[in-house]
Amino acid sequence: MLGSLALPIAQGGGPVIPTFQRGSDCVRENRQFCWDWFSSHWSSTFQPRLIEHIELTAMAVGIGFVIAFATALVAHRWNWAVNPATAVFALLYTIPSLAFFQLMVPFTGLTRLSAEIALVSYTLLILFRNILTGLREVPPDALEAAQAMGLTPRQTLWRVELPLAMPAIMAGIRIATVTTISLTTVAAFIGVGGLGEPIFNAIQTGFKTQFIVAGVLAVLLALAADALLVVLQRVLSPWAKSRAA
Amino acid sequence: MGEVKGGLSMHSIIDAFQFIGDNPHLMLTKTLEHLALSGAAIGVALVIAIPLGVTLGHLHRGSFLAINVSNIGRALPSLAVISIGIGTLGIGFINVMVALIILAVPPMLTNAYVAVDGVDPDAVEAARAAGMSPAQVLRKVEIPLAVSLMFAGIRTGAVYVVATATLAAIAGGGGLGDVIVNQASYGTPGVIAGALAVTALAFLVEGMFAVIQRLLTPKALRHQKGAAELFTPLIEGT
Repeated sequence: MLGSLALPIAQGGGPVIPTFQRGSDCVRENRQFCWDWFSSHWSSTFQPRLIEHIELTAMAVGIGFVIAFATALVAHRWNWAVNPATAVFALLYTIPSLAFFQLMVPFTGLTRLSAEIALVSYTLLILFRNILTGLREVPPDALEAAQAMGLTPRQTLWRVELPLAMPAIMAGIRIATVTTISLTTVAAFIGVGGLGEPIFNAIQTGFKTQFIVAGVLAVLLALAADALLVVLQRVLSPWAKSRAA
Repeated sequence: MGEVKGGLSMHSIIDAFQFIGDNPHLMLTKTLEHLALSGAAIGVALVIAIPLGVTLGHLHRGSFLAINVSNIGRALPSLAVISIGIGTLGIGFINVMVALIILAVPPMLTNAYVAVDGVDPDAVEAARAAGMSPAQVLRKVEIPLAVSLMFAGIRTGAVYVVATATLAAIAGGGGLGDVIVNQASYGTPGVIAGALAVTALAFLVEGMFAVIQRLLTPKALRHQKGAAELFTPLIEGT
């Protein structure tokens, strides 16, 4: 069933005869970069894939955060849960992505669900560890002060521990997001769209411009998301000094 | 859709081992290709990253570069880097190797810098007072004290390279990814067998660097707990 997805290039790696139909000289000769092709294909080939990429990533990090957050709260309360949770998440994290996406196909088909299950799985270890570390590194003084002020454990969690853990949590979200953007590119292998799709298509044709545009867009998306989350991190935890290293 | 064989059951894991047993030549060839590609990339990345990171750390200069290179490096999507590589360098071994080097250098460089830069100033001061030249200080004090943190970066980078080299199959670079990608020929057991082999290789390379780290750590410091864990995501947001 994956026959249509098997990549011819994977075998030999020989030159692929371009089949870009009609186009400018630049496109027909497959020169290094064709601006005319890029500008005429932006809205049909790249913009929708970029939006898909953002959707797939946001959904994976969002769902992953909910699962990791709940697990971290449980592990913070009951310490014995830390090791089993870490073991499961680490196991999922070690599965090579190309294999993970394919292995989901017999269960859930060539669907977004298949991609999301794998993508969510990869976020769990990163988010879980960061949330838990953030909670554990809350200064004991702050907890004592909270207790002295008569806060209940629940109030302590929401008003003291989580705000103080925010820098570590945001750092986790940041790493999880850029990691997911990277893995979403690979997810296109099972046909769920995103910026990986033009890359896989370009492998069939060997069209240089398409390789470069899709690659550069994915890199820019990752860097933009990273920068945006740094800003968000500062806004959400203004007391935390931004220190180097 | 044709027949859908197997999913992730115990049965398919057994099938995967059977696949390895039935195709020893294929698995060996692909594993060696994978090792050659990863090894070359790790080697070149080490040659670039370690001297640069150690020098900058020794001079306490270029912190902006050394720190930010890893933030940017961590954000780079691997397939996108490979794609840009194909677009500019063409398909094959070299392009994938260059992409892997680009992905491996940042964690190695940053950790080497941070490790040497962060060596206890008192120790450096004492070494200078004892009459050591700057080169001796670097060789006999700073580097030995920086080994564990430096190797945390090397191990992160190396494991990343071994895992990412799987994507080389897409770009005609060979390796175990060829087995994983070709479900059409090798079926689900092939996909799982390839994945298991990549994972085993990653642990093996990680273990190898752990041994080298231990050998390079001064005896007096060996009892300390190793700084690196296998898949430790960076906690600090820097």
